[in-house]
Amino acid sequence: MWAFTLRRLLYAVPVLLGVSMLVFALIHLAPGDVVDILVPPEVPKEIADSLRQRFHLDERLYVQYAAWLGRLMVGDFGVSFFTGRPVAEELFGALGNTLVLALPAAVLGFLLGIVLGALAAYNHGTWLDKLFSATAIIGVSLPHYWVGIVLVAVFAVVLNLLPAQGMGFEGLPGNWEHVQHLVLPVVTLSLIPMGVISRLVRANVLEILSQEFVGTLRAKGLFNRRVLYHTLKNAAPSALALMGLQFGYLLGGSILVETVFNWPGSGGLMNLAIFRRDVPVLSATIVVLAAIFVVINILVDVLQALLDPRMRR
Amino acid sequence: MEDSAALAADPTTALKRAQQGKSYWRRVWERLREDKVTLAVIGVLVMLLIMVVFAPWFTMHDPYAGSVLRRLKPVGTPGHWLGTDEVGRDLWSRMVYGGRLSLLAGVVPVFLALLIGGFLGILAGYAGGLLNSAVMRLTDVLYAFPSILLAIAITGILGAGLQNTILALTISFIPPVIRISESVTTQVRNLDFVEAARASGARRLTIMRYHILNNVLGPILVYATSLISICIILAAGLSFLGLGVTPPSAEWGLMLNNLRQGIWASPLVAALPGVMIFITSMCFNLMSDGLRQAMDVRL
Repeated sequence: MWAFTLRRLLYAVPVLLGVSMLVFALIHLAPGDVVDILVPPEVPKEIADSLRQRFHLDERLYVQYAAWLGRLMVGDFGVSFFTGRPVAEELFGALGNTLVLALPAAVLGFLLGIVLGALAAYNHGTWLDKLFSATAIIGVSLPHYWVGIVLVAVFAVVLNLLPAQGMGFEGLPGNWEHVQHLVLPVVTLSLIPMGVISRLVRANVLEILSQEFVGTLRAKGLFNRRVLYHTLKNAAPSALALMGLQFGYLLGGSILVETVFNWPGSGGLMNLAIFRRDVPVLSATIVVLAAIFVVINILVDVLQALLDPRMRR
Repeated sequence: MEDSAALAADPTTALKRAQQGKSYWRRVWERLREDKVTLAVIGVLVMLLIMVVFAPWFTMHDPYAGSVLRRLKPVGTPGHWLGTDEVGRDLWSRMVYGGRLSLLAGVVPVFLALLIGGFLGILAGYAGGLLNSAVMRLTDVLYAFPSILLAIAITGILGAGLQNTILALTISFIPPVIRISESVTTQVRNLDFVEAARASGARRLTIMRYHILNNVLGPILVYATSLISICIILAAGLSFLGLGVTPPSAEWGLMLNNLRQGIWASPLVAALPGVMIFITSMCFNLMSDGLRQAMDVRL
């Protein structure tokens, strides 16, 4: 088990190295000089050059890459071109705000998904199955940014019940007013995980229910509840893997929903950085989000191996 | 069950049919014909395609002609039955014309990813060894990004526009296609009949073309159709962020973005373009489910 964990961890190193190279290459091979976009054309050449020097943009690419990577390793993400503040400060604040949305959305989506999927499988072929399966397919087909707009139109514009935009607080939600700001974006974000998980759980549970050992359990006189326990235990590893992926998507893909709700999270930060051409913020955000995704995947693999020894290849 | 019985009774015709590759596809077609939902969904998609291609026949107004006099008219306005957008353009015309870019950006990347990723994946799966490692390790790097993040990073850095959208989405969808193709090919490659073909002296190319391709293309294709729905949502999402097609083009995601300013004045109109994204992506999802069920013959 330890060997497996270690191997997974070690394998993350070349992957993350590849990620950093890809991001760096993308940003620096993109058309247009960053400084030319940042400063107005009437600015004297000396000032533009001094900017280039200050941000090490005048050095050779591989030197820039090595320096950037070295600084990344020690947690120095540089300074924002636009605000002049350390990127780490902006990024981790924003990531916290994203988590405030992603965690409840994940819990809500996963729970609903598991319950709907398992119920659909247990009532295979009935109207309940059809209803839940339809809910799931709607969940995976909805453009979630549009759902956000519709929810705003209904609950903020027409009914005037909930705030349309913004976070309204810092850190963690403390009172009912803060929670109100969370409701619409959390519901919006939870739809896709709900649909995806419930489809997988339904398919998995159906397959397990048709296996021989379930018949044996029933023949041994176990109650439905005990059979359910065994079924879920068998369905857990693959569901867990998918949940990890989905949680990663919630973090990395939050940009669309955060844009709809003007949420100051990592997606919002990335959006700003793209339009401001704020290279340090943009590259750090992409690399950190990808790194989080990689770490989540490792955690999932290890958890999966804990649950199912067959996975320890 | 029936097939194995038929095979035992009349091995020569069964073999002939298997060689022509008809029996499997005929069975798929027969199963598909029974599946009313999938047929209906395919019908809707065909209708949508016709409407979008022959957009002028289905609309009365120029999708680009606006007027300050009729901005954000509500649904049901005479002459503009779905209302008008924030610069007074007919919403129905824009929804129909908008389908052109939305469908293009939703289907083309998956098709390209299928070609490139499928080729690389099958090659890696069949060749094994060093080539397999090289392809799969590179895939792992791309896999470290959630697909939305990768697409946004690429368009965000390269700039907006239809071409960059298609490029970004293609790159985002290549890794999953490679993974599926590689794993399916590896599975098929280790099956007994491939071993038998090799033992009976078939050349590598023949095995690849005849035994492997015939057996892996189905699952890969089904998987690719399931990506179209995601791709449509993501393509419109990129435009929604201002990273996709550029104004004044009619495109569903971009329309959603522009109409967002009008949400307080006209919430229903502001939400309408999303209905098209939703319907299209759901149809592709249902079609993919139906195809999967029809083609699900255990390997």
